[in-house]
Amino acid sequence: MAEYFQDYITVAVFAGFGALLVAAAVGVGWLLRPSRPSAAKATAYECGIDPVGGGWSQTHIRYYIFALLFLIFDVEAAFIFPWAVRLEQLGLFALVEMVIFIVILLAGLVYAIRKGVLKWES
Amino acid sequence: MSLLDNVWVVLAVKLGLAVVILFALALVVMFAELKVSAHMQHRIGPYFAGGRWGWAQVFAEALKFLQKEDLIPRDADAPVFRLAPMVSLLGTFAVIVIIPLSPVLVAGDLDVGIFYALAAGSVSTIALLMAGWSSGNKYSLIGGLRAGAQLIAYELPLVLAVVGVVIQAGTMSMVGITEAQAQPLFHIGSVGISLPYALQGQIIGFVIFMIAALAELVRIPFDMPIAESELVMGYLTEYSGIRFTMFLLGEYAGMLAMSAIASVLFLGGYHFWGLNADWFGPFVLIGKSLILVFVMIWFRWTWPRLREDQLQSLAWRWLVPLALANIAVTATLKVVL
Repeated sequence: MAEYFQDYITVAVFAGFGALLVAAAVGVGWLLRPSRPSAAKATAYECGIDPVGGGWSQTHIRYYIFALLFLIFDVEAAFIFPWAVRLEQLGLFALVEMVIFIVILLAGLVYAIRKGVLKWES
Repeated sequence: MSLLDNVWVVLAVKLGLAVVILFALALVVMFAELKVSAHMQHRIGPYFAGGRWGWAQVFAEALKFLQKEDLIPRDADAPVFRLAPMVSLLGTFAVIVIIPLSPVLVAGDLDVGIFYALAAGSVSTIALLMAGWSSGNKYSLIGGLRAGAQLIAYELPLVLAVVGVVIQAGTMSMVGITEAQAQPLFHIGSVGISLPYALQGQIIGFVIFMIAALAELVRIPFDMPIAESELVMGYLTEYSGIRFTMFLLGEYAGMLAMSAIASVLFLGGYHFWGLNADWFGPFVLIGKSLILVFVMIWFRWTWPRLREDQLQSLAWRWLVPLALANIAVTATLKVVL
């Protein structure tokens, strides 16, 4: 049982160590650093002047488009790895299948570019 | 039954070794960045701390950061703000599990090795978005959004560039990929000649991988998210003291991890012609990684920063189609030959 889970445990221990390290460093820092809070120190930094309005504001729709574009290809990336590993055994049929798949996805990318989502100048 | 039969002892030894090696190298890289940058600009760089060459500069800076007050802005989302550096380092430490220093010196040789590394590495996207959003600062928010868009855009070329190597090796295990590159490709007389994948037709994949890795690490020329002339320090604006240091450490550890992965995938990993991988493997891999790290620092003083839309254009118009073409050509050659 332990052998079956060993890879998972290794990964979990290594990842957990990363989080623990930050906690430990902050803890050690707590012993050394001063703490003199003041209202001025707690304000958001805007180059020295008092902040105008809130820090959370409306954002640009273009970033949202990139997330959509990303989704097109990220699913493909998950499919393409098992295919790549077994390509030699699967042979010509799998090759043709994947080329068709890639061409369909490329058509999506070409459509997005022709729609002008990558153009930021108006 | 010896002590090394115990799973937990082995795991602790591996974690200890990995952490010591990673930290020692991260300090070397931090110092190299100071010194190499200085000499590329005809400066001397640090020369005071510790005496000769100012070798103690990085230790002095770590101590200085430890003593700085831990400021959390009033408007910040405090729990998320505190968690962000943890998530950032968590991703980096999860990646180093699979990096093989020699045929046996590997924390965990997963079957899905490189696929897992790419997945674990992309956790840092979330850390940067968390940092940008939770700070409650306009610069941080814009920086965080830029970082999110940039990291997902360059995730694709990074992943697709790796597929070519996976096709050639027929495995995703990092040790498997390294060993596949050590197989003799052709013979001169009775001597078998092996070539790393960068010289076996994956040179385009290697270049795409390095460009995408630079963008993933938010380093010049892809450092728009922390562009100091526009956004102060982007998503790091509100961070100070030890939390800021942890982000910095994450960046240098990330540079090392990315360079090590690139060395394994494209440059033959721990193998070098004529050297025994069991004994010289760690030095060979670390040497290759440090050369790539040097190239990354070199790039910083070579190219100006791109504009945000130029960055996206480069990824979607050039790198993604090029990486897909690379896959198609590699796959065709693999099936035909």
